[in-house]
Amino acid sequence: MSIDHGRDVTRAADSEKNLPAIPDPGLPEHTWRPTDVDERLAKRAERQVATLFGLSSVCVLLFLVSYFTLDVGDNHTTFAGFGASTIALGSTLGGALLFIGIGIIQWARKLMGDHEISEMRHPARSSDEDREETLKALALGAEESGIGRRPLVRNSLLGAVGLLGLPAIVMLRDLGPLPGNKLYSTVWEKGMRVVRDVVGTPINQADLEIGDLVNAEPEIVFAVDEDGEHVLHGVELQVAKSKAAVILLRMDPSDITPGKGRENWSVDGIVCYSKICTHVGCPISLNERKTHHLLCPCHQSTFDLADSGKVVFGPAARALPQLPLMVDEEGFLVAQSDFTEPVGPSFWERG
Amino acid sequence: MSVDTSKVADTNAGTAATPKKPGKAGVVANWADERLGLGTLMKKNLRKVFPDHWSFMLGEIALWSFVVLLLSGVFLTLWYTPSMGEVEYQGSYNPLRGVEMSEAMASTLRLSFDVRGGLLMRQMHHWAAMLFIASMMIHLLRVYFTGAFRKPRELNWVIGSLLLLLGTLEGFTGYSLPDDLLSGTGIRAADGFMKSMPVVGTYMSFFLFGGEFPGESIIPRLYTVHVLLIPGILLALIAAHMLLLVYHKHTQWPGPGRTEENVVGFPMLPVYAAKAGGFFFIVFGVSALMGGLLTINPVWKFGPYDPTKVTAGSQPDWYMGWPDGALRIMPGWESHFWGVTLSWNVFLPIIVLPGLMFTILMMLPFLESWITGDKRDHHLLQRPRNAPTRTAVMVALMTFYGLMWAAGGNDIIAIKLHLSINQITYFMRAAVFIGPVIAFIITRRWCISLQRHDEQKLLHGYETGIIMRSAEGGYSERHLPVNETEAYTLTAREREEVWTPGDETDANGVPAKRGRFDGLRAKLSTLMYADNVQPVTKEELEAAHHHADHEHELQASLDGQPADGHQFDGHHAVDGENLRGDH
Ligand code: HEM
Ligand code: FES
Repeated sequence: MSIDHGRDVTRAADSEKNLPAIPDPGLPEHTWRPTDVDERLAKRAERQVATLFGLSSVCVLLFLVSYFTLDVGDNHTTFAGFGASTIALGSTLGGALLFIGIGIIQWARKLMGDHEISEMRHPARSSDEDREETLKALALGAEESGIGRRPLVRNSLLGAVGLLGLPAIVMLRDLGPLPGNKLYSTVWEKGMRVVRDVVGTPINQADLEIGDLVNAEPEIVFAVDEDGEHVLHGVELQVAKSKAAVILLRMDPSDITPGKGRENWSVDGIVCYSKICTHVGCPISLNERKTHHLLCPCHQSTFDLADSGKVVFGPAARALPQLPLMVDEEGFLVAQSDFTEPVGPSFWERG
Repeated sequence: MSVDTSKVADTNAGTAATPKKPGKAGVVANWADERLGLGTLMKKNLRKVFPDHWSFMLGEIALWSFVVLLLSGVFLTLWYTPSMGEVEYQGSYNPLRGVEMSEAMASTLRLSFDVRGGLLMRQMHHWAAMLFIASMMIHLLRVYFTGAFRKPRELNWVIGSLLLLLGTLEGFTGYSLPDDLLSGTGIRAADGFMKSMPVVGTYMSFFLFGGEFPGESIIPRLYTVHVLLIPGILLALIAAHMLLLVYHKHTQWPGPGRTEENVVGFPMLPVYAAKAGGFFFIVFGVSALMGGLLTINPVWKFGPYDPTKVTAGSQPDWYMGWPDGALRIMPGWESHFWGVTLSWNVFLPIIVLPGLMFTILMMLPFLESWITGDKRDHHLLQRPRNAPTRTAVMVALMTFYGLMWAAGGNDIIAIKLHLSINQITYFMRAAVFIGPVIAFIITRRWCISLQRHDEQKLLHGYETGIIMRSAEGGYSERHLPVNETEAYTLTAREREEVWTPGDETDANGVPAKRGRFDGLRAKLSTLMYADNVQPVTKEELEAAHHHADHEHELQASLDGQPADGHQFDGHHAVDGENLRGDH
């Protein structure tokens, strides 16, 4: 190994100063293992390994038995919270695989040759002759194709191939519609009732006591047409729910510091805010009763519902949008209008 | 130990018997070789040498868990339906019967409760994913701490980093597929992340979701990415990783007979192949045991995704924890200008920071070789202590990662330790900057002390723990020289040189042009090397031995006495030696 390819590839140990202070004593002598010198021990190791392989087959049998005898289905709580089937299949399959693995490794350690051997390394770079020849071939190729001499051909080809990227990108256009102004509105509108989450019943202002917190949704989420079909379903429903979910909280009216222009947005101490966190959009759910603070479980942004939903702590930057409330003629809570700003996470065009 | 090797088991020492006629295998081999010409290729590689060390197994765990992922993943695809169509669940899991959910969720429940072995495979798949990512991370640390990323292996470092990145993304897409409450919450957060991107954010979100969140396209799209796109790239990169490994040959630890020029170890066939193959079964078996015995991601407990619901303490899989932590401790900054909004509070921690960290990770080998000016090939590994600054850099990065990760569990910490979440957040905001610096300084000094300790051991021997009293009544501890193997191994490392501007010459000896960052580079190089303990020289060693000889004379009367120290040093056999001396 004395080919020296110049400074760049000199081996660390090549240089004189890097010779260790103690001369290399060379590879230690090979020592024989007990199984190498004692035929009886070797035979025993052989039996051990074969036993391990045998155990693996036993596990496979047990696996088959469990597969066909143990039920799956409702018995997920049968055994320590698992399906008995899962436990049995997992342990027998695991055993079958592990016994093979351990057997093979035992075989390698005890019975296969354990002479360490040594091999020379070669530099990753190719030899100077090879490099030269490659460069020559490349130059010849360039020369024969005339790529250097005919810039017109070369450049027009480069341009053409480059432009091929456009179809590739443009073809993705139909992945989805343009955002338009979809993010600026929700299904809330003037007079729409605020109904309870899950059950869909309207809420009378008198139903709520001070301190009550209700997860609510717009009435339309539950509405059915004359045939008894849901008005909103599928994607439409999911989109509507993911933007329009709200939280109602009743507090002592004197606790509320109404924002400018929001003096009449609450009804007798009942305020309504978007449930969608302005950070990255988790639904918010944790209420601190005493402080009127609402905590987002995702990254702990905390909003003050007594003070226009302002952020009091955490990574969110914007107050929770407030839904202006009023009461309809039957005494149920309804919206005065849609939200006056986009709900959910911020986005570039939002302004 | 002297043994009679004439009786050596013939599996090892004897020459293989030559078969009289070519056997069946010979016929097959001949058939194949005449068509594929494998003989020449395999001649070189069948006995290829692989050095042995426990830490070389970490990459293998990653490789084999990937194979387990492929196998269990294909099983899952046979039942899983990547669709967001609404269905009413009618399977055998009682509590959810009659509930509306997506087909994706319903098919995941079917896999879990109605397909025999389905839950096992789901859990195996998820556990193997954890193993895959965790072992890649630890493997990466091993490679970095031992300097195995140095020339000529920088590209393999880059490929490895890409594998980690893609593995993480693959894990995220997989986690989203069951369409349960937790995975939906994750996707929703991802939608918020995308929307924080300047200019293109909303468009990306609308294109990815096929309209407004949640739409009905995200699950089928993520499915294609999860089972085809990323696994395909992973497979190609893993193949490249392995080919380069074979081409460069594995690095090895220095030691007697192990040099930069050779590679010492076991041949591919049979020992290495057997060990690696056996290890595959072990990784596979361990995943099966974990899949059978340890619940993971019990989606039936969370229920189907509902955009109005969330569970407290909702957290992503652990490998997504550190950017989540960054997101949590980031102050709520947002700018409004020229009619647009820029959400620093999301954009910085979740888009910029991971990108930046990842770029730093990939650049590490190039940064180091730029700072040190070292452009030579390296095949011998270094102990972490012998590269104090490098080691300290990684420990600092790990500290940063760990603190961010802990911040990702700030609510859990708050509950468990009865602390206020606000205090934890303020603490973390400072700690993520200060912690890594402290970690850097401590690690670097610690490594250098360990180097000094090695030097002492080499020059003055190791401490025997035997205290001697001289005739004058002074006490000293008896030191004995370390044995030859250890001594050689301790000295077998390179001398380091601080890079100084104008150091470099090209092939013709012409000094290289001075670069714009030469000053910075020289400073960094000084930081890198200047305080390190350099390997002992011959002269130092001789001087030390001279000194030791003198000391030995003083202690000579002790040799052969009980408690001369040799009995306890573990450096030579004590069989038949009389520990207490003859009375
Ligand atoms: C590096 C590779 C991979 C990683 C890290 C990974 C990770 C994951 C994770 C974490 C899950 C969620 C499992 C759960 O708890 O339900 C998952 C689900 C799934 N994966 Fe993978 N996976 C990988 C490769 C593959 C491959 C190669 C395939 C198929 C060819 C596949 C098919 C699936 C399917 C069908 C599901 C949904 C099944 C279900 O959740 O019930 N995965 N993956
Ligand atoms: S989504 Fe609410 S704090 Fe992040």
